[in-house]
Amino acid sequence: MGEKIKITINGKELLATPGKTILQVAEENGIEIPHYCYHPGLPVAGNCRMCLVEVEGARKLQTACSTKISDGMVVRTNTPQVRETVKQVLEFLLINHPLDCPVCDQAGECGLQDYYMVYGQYDPKFIENKNKKSKKATPIGKYVMLDQERCILCARCVRFTRFITKTEELGIFNRGDHSELDVYPGKELNNRYTGNLVDICPVGALTCRDFRFQCRVWYLEEFDSICPGCSRGCNIKIYYNPHRPHKAEGKRVLRFKPRPNLKVNRYWMCDDGRYGYKFIDENRIMYPLLKENGKQSEIYYDEALKKFADYLKENIPDRVIYLLSANSTNEELYVTKKFFVENYELENIFLPAEDIFTGDKDDLLITEDKHPNTNGVKAIFNILYKDFIKLDELREMIERKSISLLIVNRHELLDEVLEYVRENNVKLVYLGTNFNKTAKVADLVIPISVFAEKEGSFINVDKLFQMFTSRLEPLGVSVPEWVLFNNLSEILEYPLSYSSYKTVLKQMISEVVGFKNIDLNNFDKYGEMVEL
Amino acid sequence: MSVKILTKHFGIKDSHKINVYMKNGGYKQAEKALKEMKPEEILEEVKKSNLRGRGGAGFPTGLKWSFVPKDTGKPVYLCVNSDESEPGTFKDRHILEKDPHMLIEGIIITSYTIGANEAYIYIRGEYYPQAIRLQEAIEEAYQKGFLGENIFGTGYKLDLKIYRGAGAYICGEETALLESIEGKKGKPRLKPPFPAAVGLYDCPTVINNVETIADIPTIVEKGGEWFASLGPERNGGTKLFAVSGHVNKPGVYEHEMGYPLMKLINEDAGGILDGLKLKAVIPGGSSVPILRAEECDINLDYDSVMKAGSMLGSGAVIVMSEKTCMVKALSRLIHFYKDESCGQCTPCREGTGWMLKIINRIIAGKGRKEDVDTLYYIAKGIMGHTVCPLGDAAAMPVISFINKFRDEFEYYAINKKSMVE
Ligand SMILES: Cc1cc2nc3c(=O)[nH]c(=O)nc-3n(C[C@H](O)[C@H](O)[C@H](O)COP(=O)(O)O)c2cc1C
Ligand code: SF4
Ligand code: SF4
Ligand code: FES
Repeated sequence: MGEKIKITINGKELLATPGKTILQVAEENGIEIPHYCYHPGLPVAGNCRMCLVEVEGARKLQTACSTKISDGMVVRTNTPQVRETVKQVLEFLLINHPLDCPVCDQAGECGLQDYYMVYGQYDPKFIENKNKKSKKATPIGKYVMLDQERCILCARCVRFTRFITKTEELGIFNRGDHSELDVYPGKELNNRYTGNLVDICPVGALTCRDFRFQCRVWYLEEFDSICPGCSRGCNIKIYYNPHRPHKAEGKRVLRFKPRPNLKVNRYWMCDDGRYGYKFIDENRIMYPLLKENGKQSEIYYDEALKKFADYLKENIPDRVIYLLSANSTNEELYVTKKFFVENYELENIFLPAEDIFTGDKDDLLITEDKHPNTNGVKAIFNILYKDFIKLDELREMIERKSISLLIVNRHELLDEVLEYVRENNVKLVYLGTNFNKTAKVADLVIPISVFAEKEGSFINVDKLFQMFTSRLEPLGVSVPEWVLFNNLSEILEYPLSYSSYKTVLKQMISEVVGFKNIDLNNFDKYGEMVEL
Repeated sequence: MSVKILTKHFGIKDSHKINVYMKNGGYKQAEKALKEMKPEEILEEVKKSNLRGRGGAGFPTGLKWSFVPKDTGKPVYLCVNSDESEPGTFKDRHILEKDPHMLIEGIIITSYTIGANEAYIYIRGEYYPQAIRLQEAIEEAYQKGFLGENIFGTGYKLDLKIYRGAGAYICGEETALLESIEGKKGKPRLKPPFPAAVGLYDCPTVINNVETIADIPTIVEKGGEWFASLGPERNGGTKLFAVSGHVNKPGVYEHEMGYPLMKLINEDAGGILDGLKLKAVIPGGSSVPILRAEECDINLDYDSVMKAGSMLGSGAVIVMSEKTCMVKALSRLIHFYKDESCGQCTPCREGTGWMLKIINRIIAGKGRKEDVDTLYYIAKGIMGHTVCPLGDAAAMPVISFINKFRDEFEYYAINKKSMVE
């Protein structure tokens, strides 16, 4: 790490790494310095002037966001002069602000509100007419709404489109107090990361068209998770509304936001992942279905398990295929392996590769594999890419091996396969979270819970093992797959006897070769590297 | 008679032509510098000369040049600031019009000294005829071989280009100027880093005012000591004073540093218009604090004016007679800064607009007594809290006008009319 240097902030002596700014060092040490334009993921702009602090020996107050520390530096953030200045900068920011928080969607998580309570509280002196801006609540992209009168011109959004996405749709037009943030004429926000603009805008100028006015933020609760949208495994927070379910027609989850992880997604996530949250509450399979006389109808969970067990007994393993899902968690995959490979002695267990090599990727976060845990499958089943099968080879394989039972975890089969299966009386079991065409024609459908409803872990594209939690109950009678196979094993009389998620996790870590470096008592919350 | 350096050719017919310039000894100093002097020797003379930047801040020129890092492997640039847009300042245009070759010769010597092979002149957009004249002069210099490859057979190469601004005062601020040349919006950069280290296209860059550079050939000719001897301690050379306002003979006058302000007004500029009494003077361009008549018995050099509580700035002397309404005069200045604020930083962007609304309301007869305090409060909130000095430039007139003429402001706010009109 090199030599540390000494700096004093508000009388507290601190050791810090040279090259850092006053603001960074203060934050690391729990000293708050107010700021709007500074964002750790963006180049410093130094334009909002909220972070002015006293530096001993300097003629003027200095911006903490841009001033690098030096050895022996003495900084004060709480002198009367600093407090007065911050208050006045805030007052400047608010003179042309509409001050109509009750109708603003940002209320409750707004930088202006927050700092006003701590640093503002002045007697307003402004009695003039406010400046008019040209765009009120105007869509500037698929997901983003712009309200110029709320903008404080911090230019975070401009820097994001310039330095992060490099798409440069946004600029500040005109100058002085008639400056306006806008998209370039004739353009609209056209990149795959626009939701981040809403996150980084410290005020209500950029709001999310998907989330606007769905719920006041103070009704929301949140928990940490991992985005399942692709193999990057962006760290996210899931926001849900436990308080007023009647307002949301039963929809619990209202938004995802990225959680910083410098090893994975830095501060960002893509729009596909962010707005992909809807599958958690929509089109879910809640109860098991059994097809009789060509028609599916709901059955009890125990009945469904028994039916599944019967299928497995009736068909010899050589004539059974199980299609794994790279959406399953490591723990689920591990129990799947215990159950099917070690106990049931199934050999025909495959990972279909149809949407793993999509070719759709970029230099920022998006990877072409639209599953969160392909590397988990590889680690636990010890298989290589070359062992993945293609869905269009499936029909031929079913025929060649005279398959009589096909178990599909979440995949959508090709029409020709579905047709073949129907014509040749191959039993089709569908295990999944959401309905698709395959689920709708399966002989037996068993619901499983989505990632947001269970604890688990994924291994991302860079072989980083990341764990996640949950605070949502599984919908209907769905359960995690490890519970499903644990229960099934009891019916089949070779019980696996896992009593909890933790027991699965511990056993998996100790048994899977690639996981040998993981120490659960000392697990890095930003993920641990594993070997494949 | 004062010594003339910058205006010495102004009376000569066709003084802007290269042949006329050369007939009067022009380009001899550049030749001498390139052929006979090492860059360090020139730098030494400039340091000795006590030449201080004529663009406003009065920073020692030799010291500024010495900040250019050596051997970075990057090109070094010289940018000559010819944006001249501050109210009251109209001195550089005379050099551009009447002696562009003195500027070009200065550019050659300066570029050679700092190790630049490329120089820009950033000229304000409204200076269209001046830009054409300058362009013609540059072409003449290329034809004579004073610009381009292998100048004076020394192997030294220099290209000089004009970059025309588009009408923004802020582009005279040195880092906004660099942004503008780079093709971006003219927004000042945060400092540090300073342009000497990270300037144009992130390369080491020196930015100097036209007048500063035009002094360089004379310093090479007569030596730094001679130049320094013209003014008081730490203030070398002569200065162009642009006198405007309520005087009989407004115009540009060249004098040694330390020339008395009252002499400039009463003798050079012919005294106050209509025989009226002097009320106040802004001694260094619209951005500096105003002086009341009784404070004007001072000499015009950086240190003396500073001691009097103002600044020499660009040397633009704005004279106001007893009939001037200070409220209205200040509203003109606030209007200017409000219009010219680039808008990137909060106090300047919001504060200038707010001040203008208040002062215009006072002038419209809707003032309240407490408005004067609010104006002062806003100016104090801007002062020292902005990215670039434009914020201070907007605040200082407000603070000084109110400090020195508070009664007039309160009178206007309470009585809804001017105290002097
Ligand atoms: C708002 C603003 C406008 C300025 N305009 C000019 C200008 O028009 N010409 C100029 O030479 N300097 C101007 N300056 C000063 C420059 O930033 C810079 O200090 C100067 O060009 C340096 O040259 P000098 O050292 O030769 O004075 C301005 C500064 C500010 C803050
Ligand atoms: S829209 Fe938001 S992020 Fe962009 S400049 Fe305005 S306040 Fe800053
Ligand atoms: S002080 Fe004014 S002109 Fe200078 S950077 Fe700030 S807003 Fe722009
Ligand atoms: S956070 Fe430092 S100026 Fe905005």
